[in-house]
Amino acid sequence: MSPGRTAATASRVLSQLRRDPRTLVLLLAVPCGLMILVDQLFAGREQVFQSVGVPMLGIFPLTSMFLVTSITMLRERTTGTLERLLTTPLTKLELLAGYGIAFALVAVVQAIVVSLVGFGLLGLESVHSQLLIVGLAVANAILGMSFGLFVSAFAQTEFQAVQFMPAFVLPQILLCGLIVDRDQMATWLQWISAALPLTYAFDALDRAAHEPSLGPRFYADVAVVLGAMLLALVLGAATLRRRTP
Amino acid sequence: MVAPTIEIGGLHVVRGGVTVIDELSLAVEGGVVTGLLGPSGSGKSTLMRAIVGVQIVAAGEVRVLGLPAGDPDLRRRVGYVTQAPSVYADLSVRENLAYFTRVLGVARTRSDQVIERVGLSDSAGRLVGRLSGGQKARVSLAAALLGEPEVLILDEPTVGLDPVLRRDLWDFFHELAAGGTTLLVSSHVMDEAARCERLLLLREGGILADLTPAALLERTGAPDLDAAFLKLVEGCATR
Repeated sequence: MSPGRTAATASRVLSQLRRDPRTLVLLLAVPCGLMILVDQLFAGREQVFQSVGVPMLGIFPLTSMFLVTSITMLRERTTGTLERLLTTPLTKLELLAGYGIAFALVAVVQAIVVSLVGFGLLGLESVHSQLLIVGLAVANAILGMSFGLFVSAFAQTEFQAVQFMPAFVLPQILLCGLIVDRDQMATWLQWISAALPLTYAFDALDRAAHEPSLGPRFYADVAVVLGAMLLALVLGAATLRRRTP
Repeated sequence: MVAPTIEIGGLHVVRGGVTVIDELSLAVEGGVVTGLLGPSGSGKSTLMRAIVGVQIVAAGEVRVLGLPAGDPDLRRRVGYVTQAPSVYADLSVRENLAYFTRVLGVARTRSDQVIERVGLSDSAGRLVGRLSGGQKARVSLAAALLGEPEVLILDEPTVGLDPVLRRDLWDFFHELAAGGTTLLVSSHVMDEAARCERLLLLREGGILADLTPAALLERTGAPDLDAAFLKLVEGCATR
């Protein structure tokens, strides 16, 4: 693996994003606006905002990175640049790592900005360090990126790619425990919930925010998130075919 | 005797259940410009993709510079330009080429050289998405020239270019060929065929004729290459 080619790819992806300031502003402003909206929605019921606020800090980056990655990768496939890259010495791993680094940097900025609003402006509280929360948010962003990369292989148009968001991410948000506690769900829904990666990402953020002692469950959650991320990246890499029909 | 640059034996390609290339065998030598001509849908692009090694083939063998097509060692030695410009529309000409320069691991100064070569020095700072179709095609070509490849596979590189630019590019192709580069250039414009040393006429996935432009005129007795090509293609259809 060549660090030069990986860095070149990361900086190319960042240049493309820089050329699109509107997307950048949306990436940063929309999650902040939504945080303020949720805060206002539960005005007078402070403990509700406190319980959902921190996990939401991780769900925003996951959703936005999912969308950005699936569209960018789809464009790379449909404009022929992917085919061109695969005829050069650039390896699939370097390409994916380049994307990963670029989007992780964006995710760091996004997580920091949203956390500043949440912790600073809206008075969110967390038992554990806010840095840990930002770290988990970035892990979620990379998880979203790997999902986006994977599903981009199954979309032929940008319309389809966008539809994968409600199809792929929304059920995970509904079932992760954010809206209804998992132990209050029907048993079959609990089973589905247990099979979805976002459930573990949510649980990790929830524990980091509210449990004084992190315990083995927290580390198991983090391991599942990292495992799902690797699996999605490997599956995503498998969809980058040098030879196509 | 030197082995041919591109050697194809018994190539068979099926796309979407339809045979696109049918038992095709071919050898292409270096140092000349070989033109690949044929009606649309005749398999030109598929054949080029097979040579570059991005096409799944059903049967047959394709070797380039003695190696199987798509071999990692060929990735610096074979340049490929697709029919649709494959460059980033949201980056400038210079940014695009700077990226491919780093991916190919060639000297940074190459980027400015190829921009100059394809006549885009005045537009180097402009976004590719804002350029005309012909300019985009030249950015795509420039990216393939960066690594000074020994073999250049160009799929309709002059589509949408004005006659002056077309002439300049063809002069450039001949310059490259004179320097030892092997060029395979597809086209559906017959006046370009006249500029090739060798013509491969493709029809329904097979080679209909393999000859020089002069021999094509002589064989068909047609007044020009356009008429000769029509005669050959239609003659075959009624046979």
